[in-house]
Amino acid sequence: MSLTRDDVRKVAALARLALDDDELERMTRELSTIVGFVSQLEQLDTSKVEPLAHPLGTTDVFREDVARESLPAAEALANAPRHDGSCFLVPAVLGD
Amino acid sequence: MPADATSTAAYETVIGLEVHVQLRTASKLFCGCANRFGAEPNTLTCPVCLGLPGSLPVMNREAFRLAVKAALALDCTIAGFTKWDRKNYFYPDLPKGYQISQFDLPFSEHGRLEAVDPKGSFPPREVRIRRVHLEEDAGKSMHDEAAGTADSRIDLNRTGTPLLEIVSEPDLRSAAEARCWLGELRLLLVYLGVSDCNMQEGSLRVDANVNLHIPREGGVAKTPIVEIKNMNSFRSVERALAYEAGRQFEQWQATGEELGSAPKQTRGWDDAAGITRGQRHKEESSDYRYFPEPDLVPVTVSTAEIDAIRGAMGESPRALRSRLEECWAISAYDADVLVGQGRELVDYFERLATLVGEGKLASNWMQQDVLRTLNERAIGIDEFPVAPEGLAEVIGRVKQGEFDTSRGREIFAAMITSGRTAEEVVAEMGIAAVGDDELITLCRELVEANPKIVADVRGGKEQAAGGLIGQAKRKNPNVNPAKVRETCLEIIRGLG
Amino acid sequence: MQPADRSAMELAAAVAAGEISAAECTRGHLAQIEATDDSINAFLHVAAEAAIAQAEAIDAKRAAGRSLGPLAGVPVAVKDALCTRDMPTTCASKMLAGYRPPYDADTVARLRAADAVIIGKTNMDEFAMGASNENSAFGPVANPWDTSRATGGSSGGSAACVAAGMTPASIGSDTGGSIRQPAGLCGITGLKPTYGRVSRRGLVAFASSLDQIGPMARSAADCGLLLETIAGHDPLDSTSLAAEVPPYTQLLEEPLCGVRIGRVAEHFGEGLDGEVAAAVEEAFAALEAAGATIHDIELPHAKYGVATYYLIAPSEASSNLARYDGVHYGHRTEAPCRGEGFDSPLVEMYCRSRSEGFGPEVKRRVMLGTYALSAGYYDAYYKRALQVRRLIRQDYLDAFEKVDLIGGPVSATPAFPLGEKTNDPLAMYLLDLYTVATNLAGVCGISFPCGFTAGGLPIGFQLQGPALAEPLVLRAADRYQRLTDWHRRRPAMATG
Repeated sequence: MSLTRDDVRKVAALARLALDDDELERMTRELSTIVGFVSQLEQLDTSKVEPLAHPLGTTDVFREDVARESLPAAEALANAPRHDGSCFLVPAVLGD
Repeated sequence: MPADATSTAAYETVIGLEVHVQLRTASKLFCGCANRFGAEPNTLTCPVCLGLPGSLPVMNREAFRLAVKAALALDCTIAGFTKWDRKNYFYPDLPKGYQISQFDLPFSEHGRLEAVDPKGSFPPREVRIRRVHLEEDAGKSMHDEAAGTADSRIDLNRTGTPLLEIVSEPDLRSAAEARCWLGELRLLLVYLGVSDCNMQEGSLRVDANVNLHIPREGGVAKTPIVEIKNMNSFRSVERALAYEAGRQFEQWQATGEELGSAPKQTRGWDDAAGITRGQRHKEESSDYRYFPEPDLVPVTVSTAEIDAIRGAMGESPRALRSRLEECWAISAYDADVLVGQGRELVDYFERLATLVGEGKLASNWMQQDVLRTLNERAIGIDEFPVAPEGLAEVIGRVKQGEFDTSRGREIFAAMITSGRTAEEVVAEMGIAAVGDDELITLCRELVEANPKIVADVRGGKEQAAGGLIGQAKRKNPNVNPAKVRETCLEIIRGLG
Repeated sequence: MQPADRSAMELAAAVAAGEISAAECTRGHLAQIEATDDSINAFLHVAAEAAIAQAEAIDAKRAAGRSLGPLAGVPVAVKDALCTRDMPTTCASKMLAGYRPPYDADTVARLRAADAVIIGKTNMDEFAMGASNENSAFGPVANPWDTSRATGGSSGGSAACVAAGMTPASIGSDTGGSIRQPAGLCGITGLKPTYGRVSRRGLVAFASSLDQIGPMARSAADCGLLLETIAGHDPLDSTSLAAEVPPYTQLLEEPLCGVRIGRVAEHFGEGLDGEVAAAVEEAFAALEAAGATIHDIELPHAKYGVATYYLIAPSEASSNLARYDGVHYGHRTEAPCRGEGFDSPLVEMYCRSRSEGFGPEVKRRVMLGTYALSAGYYDAYYKRALQVRRLIRQDYLDAFEKVDLIGGPVSATPAFPLGEKTNDPLAMYLLDLYTVATNLAGVCGISFPCGFTAGGLPIGFQLQGPALAEPLVLRAADRYQRLTDWHRRRPAMATG
């Protein structure tokens, strides 16, 4: 199954990646090869098989509703690329 | 308010609501940060709700229990097996780049809630509930235009707050119905202790989906469905829907555009301008790439657990209203007012009605004097200074004729302000019953002093006697106005 | 014998007995790191001062007569995918260069509580994506047996530092073979525990339903010693198993009589290097001589393992890595983002930050995963992979009815030259052939040396066991290591 450059462009946009023309070209080739490879799973009849999302099938794990101490704001912001001491800063979020 | 274009014969307005409520838990849905409103920005976060590398979620047991409780109260079926899914999208207030929510196996679905207007302005509307699911809230992004910067500020205190998403079928048919239904939903969830449902604090948020069904030659034309956002109060919801219906009809008349001809539009309500505005079209906003959340295991719910939660639920507002109407012979309107004030006030009322022996009487006093004080002072019934026993005493003494209702209300008002008992207030105000002889003497004086009124009464205008009551009260505040009137009329008639 | 030659068990005993001080032991290993790591590049961060301080504190504890943890004084290196509060945690990516977590991974906390000396953070394939440790943003790791060759990955640094005698033990992580395969290529012993046996809290997630942290050392016994410390229930990891942790090191004595070991004929296909095949067959013979019985079994869907893995892992990864968006932590682009050519300045910031921060393999897998989860492709790719996963797991369940363990190769070839496979992503993926199914099924697996090529390169053998069968798996490997000497061979640089 081959991907077109357009397919790859759309996926890159969804994944928030900027690919230049060279990368787009290479990525299209590579992804097409890989997707072609993984498509071998079509050979199997899985119509009666339940998907397995969790390998060991445990259920019902909970935490009691007890409030605990949070991080001080300074620690929460410590690794932030940009902040104003109180909030994280990002380029304006439009259309809010 | 703009003319309610939802109520018209020219078309049918079809409305569905999507409501998000924050659950009243002590801690967040997946971590131990406090679930609290109003804290300083970014002071209620931890590696989990910040989405730091390596962090993992663990489900809050109480949040799930409250969710099931709410769904049961909404008559939903509870899934025996439910799972969590990731909804993937990029937004600065969503630190993990995905929201943990529920996609194909929500924990509950197929419920209903009726919208009933106590004033009867529309027939009861049963609204089906498509699903109720549990998910985490995102943070807040704030953009200060005035500050002139090109930045938005992100506060992640709210991330990870437990959120119930309640999706109705498009069964509502007018803005008024929608408002009423929201009120009923809010009341129910507050009664259950599931949420504060406070729109100002963001613990209740509403989006609406609305379109029109317009009868025309050859069938029914359906306008494209529009999602309405940014409605910040129930009143806004009503106004927005009222406006939008009219706007859609005008648009349809102009363009003839029908459902399916264009992708679903989103419009934001501008409360100041009173209109909805089209929002920026978000390109691939719908490909959320849902897949099962690997960090959370599924949850099973047994019938025993459901029964236990159901058993501890308490009366719903609807059940309570019916019961009050039946047990205390009060009107639907009265029941609605009382229940709308909350369980504690209803408890106060029932205690009062029991002591007084009369539902309607108790209800009147509650609605007039008690509610007014609560509103004036902006307090709840738990802070009200007079216990039901105290009020019952006043009402009892009025019933016995010791003093009239208006006197009784003065006494009650004094009890509220001073905190004293009825007995103490009565003594302080020097209220004493007026003896029959004293009353007759007083009335004779008044009749003699008011020939004009006497002439009017004898001329057939009995109501003129009312003018004597004020004078009587001035001479002796303890007189019973009804008795004054009665006695004066007797005296006047006796004058021959 | 130099401290750097001793096993973790020997060192722990020596420190406890006072034969050697923790400080001396740490210094000895730091010296070995200094002497050899320039040519290996196993470490991204050596915490020399902190390690010595920690060691001295342990010595003081001992001097004061206080009890010591079971790993007291043992230097342990930790893969840079685990969060360490006092050291950078980069996952070998520019995206997290300089990132300092505000918390320790559960494994790190347990190691500290056991008085191990965390000597530094090891190099790895970026975000654990790779099988050669050539995907690191900070340079590849060289194989101590032949520095022109790769170590395997993604825990290449953790494998190399043990092989080169820099530490007696290290911690790696295994999502599709990332502990077992580099252990095999570097001639050491590495264990991937049962999914959920070790808490994932603080392990920077690659593929959440496949990741497991595990020990790497020069013997199965040492792996058992480390596992005793790091295994256990963590209530803050929903996927963590509640099962008790057996005293692995005390369960090694029992001989292998009657233990049934499966051999999969399909493993010995065309792609398997001749010398590897021969060494693996000899290992089966040795195990048989030790009392085990060898049985032919089938894992009918094993051939689909790589395809299944390379759908599930990138899909989960594409979501797990969405949080690296330059907003709250990690790399943010310094380019002025005016939004030209993008939907908005914010989207431009996301795209540039992520494209600058991620290496090519990471980008490939994020793209692959995003594609596999996207609308229209989910059923054909991701969902189908989850279905095949169940078939693969069932194969294991069926096999373990007939045998107690499954033996076989861990890698089709010995260590390959650096750069040989970097231009062919698919060829790189196929290196995981023998290891991915273990993670897909959630069971455990260990790899240990079973021979050397004529050229002196290590050959690894893998034993897989059912869920929670670590005691048997470790016992079998330990028994093999009592009867053979492969695990005692050291590369030249380790013997100084």
